[in-house]
Amino acid sequence: MSAQEKRNVVAFEAIRAIYFFEMARFRRTLLQSIVSPVLSTSLYFVVFGAAIGSRIAAIDGVSYGAFIVPGLIMLSVLTQSISNASFAIFFPKFSGTIYEILSAPVSYIEVVVGYVGAAASKSILLGLIILATARLFVTFDIAHPVWMLSFLVLTAATFSLFGFIIGIWADGFEKLQLVPLLIITPLTFLGGSFYSIDMLPPFWRTVTLFNPVVYLVSGFRWSFFGRSDVSVGLSLAMTGVFLFICLAVIWWIFRTGYRLRT
Amino acid sequence: MPPIISICNLTKTYASGFQALKGINLEIHSGEIFALLGPNGAGKTTLINIVCGIVNPTGGFVLADGHDVVRDYRAARSRIGLVPQELSSNAFDTVWAGVTFSRGLFGKPADKPYLEKVLKDLSLWDKKNSPMMTLSGGMKRRVMIAKALSHEPQILFLDEPTAGVDVELRRDMWEMVRSLRARGVTIILTTHYIEEAEQMADRIGVINKGELILVEEKSALMKKLGKKQLTVQLQHALTSVPAGLAGHQVELSADGEELIYTFDPRSGEKGIASLMKQLSELGIEFKDLQTNQSSLEEIFVSLVRAAP
Repeated sequence: MSAQEKRNVVAFEAIRAIYFFEMARFRRTLLQSIVSPVLSTSLYFVVFGAAIGSRIAAIDGVSYGAFIVPGLIMLSVLTQSISNASFAIFFPKFSGTIYEILSAPVSYIEVVVGYVGAAASKSILLGLIILATARLFVTFDIAHPVWMLSFLVLTAATFSLFGFIIGIWADGFEKLQLVPLLIITPLTFLGGSFYSIDMLPPFWRTVTLFNPVVYLVSGFRWSFFGRSDVSVGLSLAMTGVFLFICLAVIWWIFRTGYRLRT
Repeated sequence: MPPIISICNLTKTYASGFQALKGINLEIHSGEIFALLGPNGAGKTTLINIVCGIVNPTGGFVLADGHDVVRDYRAARSRIGLVPQELSSNAFDTVWAGVTFSRGLFGKPADKPYLEKVLKDLSLWDKKNSPMMTLSGGMKRRVMIAKALSHEPQILFLDEPTAGVDVELRRDMWEMVRSLRARGVTIILTTHYIEEAEQMADRIGVINKGELILVEEKSALMKKLGKKQLTVQLQHALTSVPAGLAGHQVELSADGEELIYTFDPRSGEKGIASLMKQLSELGIEFKDLQTNQSSLEEIFVSLVRAAP
């Protein structure tokens, strides 16, 4: 047995192959992948920023138009991470090409890194494009750029992992749509993208604290304006907890072969 | 030389309770073409999928070139190429993207000239930039073979390679399998077509209801097939084979009403004529005669029927 075949060696070639294969699909559908979120973000700015926002007072000294920027980016990054990753692993299952992944000399960690890495890269790229688009509509500064990027990467990675889980769990297109539609969309809209949770009545403020998206948006907004609904430490911790849960579920999936190996 | 694949007491019970494999023991020799025959649902694909890592075994183990396919899966799987039965492809990806992906996935560094040769050998080179969805079924099958060969496997599994394939592609496929074998690749194929097994295989295994019921050299099998049988239905039952017939390969049926004479028509001995002469000299009367020659297909069917 050559050293290359030792069990603990990482199959970089395989990660590279999966990653670039997935990114190639992104390139092929570049127009839809970028134009549609840019367009919808612009619409949000026209409606919420210009039309409605002009009648809403500044929140914590930040104009409403600028206030919604971090939330909007998070909203897109979150939903795109989930849909990119869930589709990426669901499609081979659906078409049958998953046989190749299962019969390849790769560990599940490499498979996850390849797919989740590609899905997260796409949504990070998208988040940055939306950021640039937003800058055309409103002026704002980014107080903590490094933290901003860290939150972006952490969110993209976490929710791509979550999407990967959904993609494995789903055994039909309906299920693939179900979770994003019934759970993620409400969570993101109620996650403080468009308002500060301080604006809510006390009861609803408490309910909101069970929504993981609140912590993401809050932390991300802090990196822009230096102000947040909940403390940054708590935001990071909650994101970390969610990331850990996703990792644990994926570990379990591959250990048991759930919906992959009969 | 140690076997390239050793399968030991392999069992598989699916979650539904269906027992797909009931203790398979099989050794595949390096460089041979092994044909696995069996009716639908016999366990052929389950067996292949376990060796390739797609299905987890319930019990037993499989070694590929000395590496356990579960514990040492990296070393085992990197030696194996699989062409599955079902045609599946990423509709929008090109042929070239597909084969480069497969090679990378199996941990091999890019090698354009090699992949070019694989595609050319399979008459796919002019289609390399075509998206998979624009290809015909036969072409897709070729692409799946190209993907399996992209990482230079030592062992190639072909699961029903010629199901639903036209005559020309079938001939091409046989040609390809032979040239792979000439390069030292071990090939295991499953098929419904007896003709295919006869044409290609060095050894033949028959699997039915999760059990291997026969594994034999094809030449030995063909020798059996080469034999003919003459059945003589007697007027009066006998209790034993008459001493006068000792020179011939004659057996008496259990009820004593038939004499069964097995002979090789190619050996040139004047079997039937001399037997007839002796029968009349001994005064043994008979009602009817019938001869038959079993084909591989008949053996196969009778084996499968006889199995519980």
